[in-house]
Amino acid sequence: MSRLRRIFTLDSLIVPLVAILLGLIVGAVVMLLGGYNPFEAYSALIKRVVGNPYDFGETIRQITPLIFTGLAVAFAFRSGMFNIGADGQVLIGMTSATAVSLSMSGVSSSIVVPVSVIAGGVAGGLWAAIAGYLKAKRGINEVITTIMLNWTALYLSNYVIRHFFLLKGQNRSEDIGASAALTFLSGIFNNARVHWGIVIALLAALFFYVYLWKTKQGYEMRAVGFNQNAAEYAGMNVGRNVVKAMFISGVFAGLAGAFEVLGVFHYQSVFAASPGYGFDGIAVALLGMNHPFGVVLAAILYGVLTYGSAGMSFAAGVPPELIKIIIGSIIFFIAAQGIVRFVLKPFYLKRKKEKVL
Amino acid sequence: MSTAAPVVELKQITKRFPGIVANDSISLTLRKGEIHALLGENGAGKSTLMNILFGLYQPDEGSIEIDGKPVTIDNPNKAIKLGIGMVHQHFKLVQPFTVTENIILGMEPTKGLNIDYKSASAEVAKLSEQYGLHVNPNSKIQDISVGMQQRVEIMKTLFRGADILIFDEPTAVLTPQEIVELMAIMRRLVAEGKSIILITHKLKEIMEISDRVTIIRRGKVIDTVDTDNTNPNELAEKMVGRGVTFKIEKDAPVIGQPVLQLNQVKMNDKQGVSVLNGLDLEVKAGEIVGIAGVDGNGQSELIEAITGLRKIDSGSIKLSGKEIANLPARKIIESGLSHIPEDRHKHGLVLDFSISENMVLETYYKSPFSKNGFLDRRVVDKNAEKLVQDFDVRTPSIETKARSLSGGNQQKAIIAREIDKNPDLLIAAQPTRGLDVGAIEFVHKQLIGQRDQGKAVLLISFELDEIMNVSDRIAVIYEGRIVGEVLPQNTNDQELGLMMAGFMEKGGQSDE
Repeated sequence: MSRLRRIFTLDSLIVPLVAILLGLIVGAVVMLLGGYNPFEAYSALIKRVVGNPYDFGETIRQITPLIFTGLAVAFAFRSGMFNIGADGQVLIGMTSATAVSLSMSGVSSSIVVPVSVIAGGVAGGLWAAIAGYLKAKRGINEVITTIMLNWTALYLSNYVIRHFFLLKGQNRSEDIGASAALTFLSGIFNNARVHWGIVIALLAALFFYVYLWKTKQGYEMRAVGFNQNAAEYAGMNVGRNVVKAMFISGVFAGLAGAFEVLGVFHYQSVFAASPGYGFDGIAVALLGMNHPFGVVLAAILYGVLTYGSAGMSFAAGVPPELIKIIIGSIIFFIAAQGIVRFVLKPFYLKRKKEKVL
Repeated sequence: MSTAAPVVELKQITKRFPGIVANDSISLTLRKGEIHALLGENGAGKSTLMNILFGLYQPDEGSIEIDGKPVTIDNPNKAIKLGIGMVHQHFKLVQPFTVTENIILGMEPTKGLNIDYKSASAEVAKLSEQYGLHVNPNSKIQDISVGMQQRVEIMKTLFRGADILIFDEPTAVLTPQEIVELMAIMRRLVAEGKSIILITHKLKEIMEISDRVTIIRRGKVIDTVDTDNTNPNELAEKMVGRGVTFKIEKDAPVIGQPVLQLNQVKMNDKQGVSVLNGLDLEVKAGEIVGIAGVDGNGQSELIEAITGLRKIDSGSIKLSGKEIANLPARKIIESGLSHIPEDRHKHGLVLDFSISENMVLETYYKSPFSKNGFLDRRVVDKNAEKLVQDFDVRTPSIETKARSLSGGNQQKAIIAREIDKNPDLLIAAQPTRGLDVGAIEFVHKQLIGQRDQGKAVLLISFELDEIMNVSDRIAVIYEGRIVGEVLPQNTNDQELGLMMAGFMEKGGQSDE
């Protein structure tokens, strides 16, 4: 019990919660300024998400890739790197999964899906490992290489789809027969596109936690993340850890891509611009304070707000772009923790006084 | 001077942190125009007290009076307004900016929309002249020496109108010559009507410059004494709480087989400049070899070569007869090397890891700490409990982050970890830098303890006293080469100084 209380009085939980509250208030103020009713808007948002089984299922669908990319960014960050390239890794994961599953047409779905998912994850990991290798061997900043690799991934993916898997007359690949749909859940959720990805995503978060905090490889990775010099002095191979951390980070992102094509779209578009999963992942990782369980919660929040925003515009006439303002201000308040602490100051002081009495 | 009015009065200040009372009802009076030394071990609560005076912390109990008026100082800006200035141990300067730009940062004088550099620069020059600081207002910080940078910090406080200056361990980063100059500056400041609080644990400096001394131990004031009526032994005893021997007791060494052998080791830096230039060195079991030398003559490179952190270009390095040159660092550690690094924050500890995690930094992958790829938390914690106990590391708990320990306790933690590995060779680089006399005594005893157990110890230090007192043999390094080997009982500071400056060579296998 005392342990439970300690967790809840923990700064690391209070700060994000207050930040979310402040973000919602900022959103409400903006709505009031624009002549909308914030209560109506927020209740429309909630109603949209939990109002019927289909939308609830679709919200889960929205959340799934956010967990993956959030984990990808957070994992790299814990190992001392900033992976801006989750977006490119998602694309490579998608393309590999598409390529593998289309090449295996006719084979049973129960074989095609796992093989394609693994292919997507590994390809995403290898793509990210390129940046890791360049950092380890040549000392090139991963922020630069991962951004460059995003564009490389975009054009490479489009090239592969156009030249090998194009559906005639369309700007997308042929249809993928195999499906990673969670059929029994799809039933409950009125044919919402719920897929195995959510299960794997939650397992990935668990893996993240166990690997980093319970295993010796994770210990090493965190040591490298906190202080490369001390890690090197202690005899750890910093370069190998950098490559490995980027690989694992990329696997998470690659899985997001694989499940998007196998579970949701069942084809891959030729993208005119980057789809943006990876950049959402940066926001999710920030919101989740780079902790795997925080990332899951943050992805839920982010997914609910994003999916619910459509309801907000439909029922309350509030433009869906407003949700970006809310998400933006939540992230702002999390990053600017000083402001949150300033808001909380009177509460803290009060509590201290009680203690003295 | 003793009749002068108090400018600062701290009354019954108490400050608690989780698990520790940093200041326990501390009272202190600073008189106008005096230099008041604040003496205490690492972690005794000196810095906490000064951070309270400077508005960085709030006291839980107690009050502060400035010029006889009670005040609340809840942020540094308020402290500055009240005429308090702090010269931090770690400078807070913008390297690519000029002296003037750094000094006016945050309160730039303006002329229309532009910053008025001309009058600012003139003002800085005037201050420099008045206090004899000899700082060029237009030099860039990155181009001036550490001593000069410190003067810029002093000038920053003067520019903001400080009458009360707090110096936090000001001599820790200075060369002996710079220390003499700093003392002169402090005297000048006092002569001009400023009052100074000097935080330090160096007794020599206190005796030389302070008017009064307040001694703090474990958060409590032990005594305030006039410097004229005390002596270093009394101060040390009050600070540590027991008698301290400055002379190190040790028996004659029992010297055994060679453990570390370096033969004609050569290393070039990135620019191709030779940093180790055919270095020969031997350390035998049961002896402490001290490397004396001026900073930058290859000491760091020598350590990096032995520990495998940097590749050598030619020559041989043998540990217990086995060639270890250019092996991976872990292989060398496993061959029986322990290393207390020069920079404990950068190389010795992962500051954001707990004490417990830091204690297995080099052994985490081995049984019993790891099993089947998983860390065994219980064994790791038990190990930390034991080491913390055995080496008297003062920490609220083993889960505490290394960052929040005092410097002396961080060093104790590193020494505990390194000695516990039971090495054949222990390298100790600047092992007592920034430590107080109590902690220094502890470190020296540990080094001698290792030597008495038949280990080889290589001590690298810029402190000649330390080299003279602790070593069984002294090797002098100059420009990447050992230019002389002497026994401490057969030499003196002058001779060592000449060798360190490259004017003399003696003994060893010098071939010139």
